[in-house]
Amino acid sequence: MKQRYGTPLGPTWFLGRAAYRRFMAREATAFAMAVFLVYLLLWLRSLGQGYTAYGQMIELAKHPISVFVHGLIFGAVLYHSATWFNLTPKIMPMYVAEEKVPDFWAAIIMGYLPCVAVTTVVLWAVLRSAG
Amino acid sequence: MPDTTITLDVFRFQPDGGGHARRSTDGPTFKAYRVPYHEHWVVLDALNWIKDELDGTLSYRWSCRMGVCGSCGMMVNGVPKLTCAAFLKDYYPGTIRVEPLTYFAVERDLIVDMDGFLGKLKSVKPWLIRENEKPVDEGEYLQSPNELASFKQYSMCINCLLCYAACPVVGAEEDFIGPAALAIAQRYNLDSRDQGAAERADALSADEGAWGCTFVGECSEVCPKNVDPAGAIQRVKVDNVKDWYRKLLMPWGHR
Ligand code: SF4
Ligand code: FES
Repeated sequence: MKQRYGTPLGPTWFLGRAAYRRFMAREATAFAMAVFLVYLLLWLRSLGQGYTAYGQMIELAKHPISVFVHGLIFGAVLYHSATWFNLTPKIMPMYVAEEKVPDFWAAIIMGYLPCVAVTTVVLWAVLRSAG
Repeated sequence: MPDTTITLDVFRFQPDGGGHARRSTDGPTFKAYRVPYHEHWVVLDALNWIKDELDGTLSYRWSCRMGVCGSCGMMVNGVPKLTCAAFLKDYYPGTIRVEPLTYFAVERDLIVDMDGFLGKLKSVKPWLIRENEKPVDEGEYLQSPNELASFKQYSMCINCLLCYAACPVVGAEEDFIGPAALAIAQRYNLDSRDQGAAERADALSADEGAWGCTFVGECSEVCPKNVDPAGAIQRVKVDNVKDWYRKLLMPWGHR
């Protein structure tokens, strides 16, 4: 077998090209999502453990480091979601009356709008019950 | 030579030692050439000038000089480009590094071995497949403008292989069918005259097929013909999933 130029790819293969770095950013931010889900499970567990455990979780969440990490994760999740919303029209091109909808609008219609709508409803429900 | 020149750092590799005073064991090296700078020159013009004036042993492929034949693809400063469409002025006054397309075996200098690609292309049966061929005297298979539009973009591929040199999956998995061949398969699957989707399904749904793609998307960025192979591959995946469910829910159904 002939050696192929540029292979094998090393562990830092993605550093060499801007496009590869963007890809890695997109994929790596999914990790933040996973971390947050584990964190949600911890909340759920503390709920089962009773009032004191839940109170401790609240105290923990108020800590400046926790607030900072929440911010980081939120940013990463926003970035990750936006990259996929932008890619959706490529995966599922949108047609209206046999005319292709421009990718920009298709991303808004299929991704951003539903996301904003669902977020609004959830926020409204949460804030209403809190207030 | 005009006052202004530009330097090309060109990848040289001649496995047989060639006319180039090197043995095969030397491995690849770069050689710098100073070339006259003209605003209207492309990298291919500079290579032709080197071959004519400085070093006749330099080997590379080209033909049309107008972005149609797809034979002049090389890495230009690390990015896959058609060298007949890469203007010197976009790099001047810097040095231009010219290499063979990455992830391919090098035959000699800037020429890569395309055989692997041609085999992959053939594996997706890139031609119109009919269950029953209709006799020639019954005329052609008609198609509406909308039916044509549904796949036209994917049919513009010139097999230049820039997308393969852009794809890290190609680099990591030698057997990955790759962007262009998958886009071309989708082109035939979308063609209203074609009935061969089932025959292509195995190749497309294999690990080396569409699912090998991790959607880096760089193939579509470098494609000189706006084929958007990345988009085509994701659509292959969507079709694949639909097929899977269809078979699951209606195992008796003939697709
Ligand atoms: S899909 Fe584009 S980049 Fe890839 S071989 Fe075809 S024309 Fe070249
Ligand atoms: S020489 Fe034909 S595409 Fe560049």
